[in-house]
Amino acid sequence: MIRFTDVTKTYPNGTQAINGLSLTAPTGRITVLVGPSGCGKTTSLRMINRMIEPSTGTVQIDGRDVAELGAAQLRRGIGYVIQSGGLFPHRTVADNIATVPRLLGWSRQQIASRTAELMERVGLDHHLARRYPNQLSGGQQQRVGVARALAADPPVMLMDEPFSAVDPIVREQLQDEFLRLQSELGKTIVFVTHDIDEAIKLADQVAVMRVGGTVAQFDTPAGLLRHPADAFVADFVGRDRGFRALGFDSGITIRTTPEPTIEVGASLEQARAVAGSAAWLLVVDSDQHPLGWLEMAELSGAVQDADLRLGGTLAVQGGSLRAALDAALSAPSKRGVVVDVDGQLVGTVSAQQVLAEAERLPR
Amino acid sequence: MTFLWQWLGDPANWVGPDGIWVRIGEHLVYSAITLVLAAALAIPLGLWVGHTGKARRLVVNVANGARALPTLGLLFLAVLVAGPLLPGDLAFAVPAILVLVILAIPPILAGAYAGVEAVDRQAVDAARGMGMVGHQVLLNVELPCALPLMLGGLRSAALQVIATATLAASVSLGGLGRFLIDGQAYRDYGQMAGGAVLVAALAMVVDVVFVGFQRLVVSPGLTSSVVTRRGLREHLSTN
Repeated sequence: MIRFTDVTKTYPNGTQAINGLSLTAPTGRITVLVGPSGCGKTTSLRMINRMIEPSTGTVQIDGRDVAELGAAQLRRGIGYVIQSGGLFPHRTVADNIATVPRLLGWSRQQIASRTAELMERVGLDHHLARRYPNQLSGGQQQRVGVARALAADPPVMLMDEPFSAVDPIVREQLQDEFLRLQSELGKTIVFVTHDIDEAIKLADQVAVMRVGGTVAQFDTPAGLLRHPADAFVADFVGRDRGFRALGFDSGITIRTTPEPTIEVGASLEQARAVAGSAAWLLVVDSDQHPLGWLEMAELSGAVQDADLRLGGTLAVQGGSLRAALDAALSAPSKRGVVVDVDGQLVGTVSAQQVLAEAERLPR
Repeated sequence: MTFLWQWLGDPANWVGPDGIWVRIGEHLVYSAITLVLAAALAIPLGLWVGHTGKARRLVVNVANGARALPTLGLLFLAVLVAGPLLPGDLAFAVPAILVLVILAIPPILAGAYAGVEAVDRQAVDAARGMGMVGHQVLLNVELPCALPLMLGGLRSAALQVIATATLAASVSLGGLGRFLIDGQAYRDYGQMAGGAVLVAALAMVVDVVFVGFQRLVVSPGLTSSVVTRRGLREHLSTN
């Protein structure tokens, strides 16, 4: 557990970077500090590993004031990931990852096996071990940065905008993998970002900070979307709050309608027989995995892959209402496809049915 | 041009106690002593300035000022002042090397502090954040990353020293400068031109040696060519 108590930071020129910050980042959880630039989120993060010292107040890790610990010793026990990686350009991927184990004096063998293990864990092919950072893509560099921070298995990880230097597609991939990794490792993570969507996606708890270094709201992502504390938070959280909050309404079993299906290769007559008067027919594979929709008016022969209209998203039964609504809205038939955790068809649901579920929920 | 080739082509000019080989040897010894001394002073100072950011303006200004000193004038001054205090050959050798060291320091110093300053701040921040202490950051991150610029400074200092070490002959020390001075005294233009050509050739050879050394000690991760070379190799192997 990381606890800030009445922390302030005033620079000699009078700038107030942090003002009365009190905050607790619970063990094993992801706490995200988010806010506009100049709100002191990075300053706060860097106080945890004493890269910056507070002017007043204390920062504690598991009840121990960090100011009482040796800075170098403290830092070797805290994973540190920064924007664009901060990799050592003159060292290979393997040597970069081995940095802290070397500082701690691990044996060569220990380091080699740990490095190999971590590369696999963060999704780096082992043949990249001998590459240099300038031979890697941005996403790969970021993975090396994460592997390097995890090397000595620190209980605490500090991450300063680790995914903001890569393109949106890679960023989303890295975020998903980060969440998967965290579900396996359960680190105490403090994560800084200026991107509220990233904060809402990754956080167990979010601290929204405002310029001047105060916390405007400290809440769960759903709480932030549903009950913004003030106009600043509401504005910062942005539009579509109500819709985005549906993303946190999960675990609800929506009543679905059974959907007639057909497989690729079926004849025109078979398809017409199954569809009846319906304009759209759902195509599945032999394991009942949905493949796409068939427009009956367009069909002129046996069902082929080329006839399928893709583009409809799938919702998992028990997943979020947001995913279910999106499935309904994105389906050409206007019937959202719901599958079970194995990806097999459960049935379909209309937007109206999803909204009816949403209506029933407390706000 | 013929007298140049005649002089260089005459085997008698190459051997003996004042032959070309001996002069090249002397020239290299003076230059090497100079560079070692200058580097021993300038590299630690430059690393310190780059690492701490302290005294930067002072050092930069002094180093730039030193570039403007007239080497020949300084040499005669040094011989006049220091010469009488020193015995025998040292009366000339010490002032000559001193002056060359002053010449060599600015580029080496500039290379060292600019090299450290040019190191990616994020990498330095990460190094500190992972628990490296000051000297570990310097030795493990800043120094190796500063090498390309630092060796560049050393290289240009070496070229300047080799070119300027010809002046040592004017205070009756050896080296390739002898051929220039003797040649002029005897109106032997073949010898003069030959001396000049030899100095230039020596400078180029030393430069090539430095390039080779740089390839050897600078991490491939710091040279962008690593990507293209590898890419080329893979391209060739797949075709």
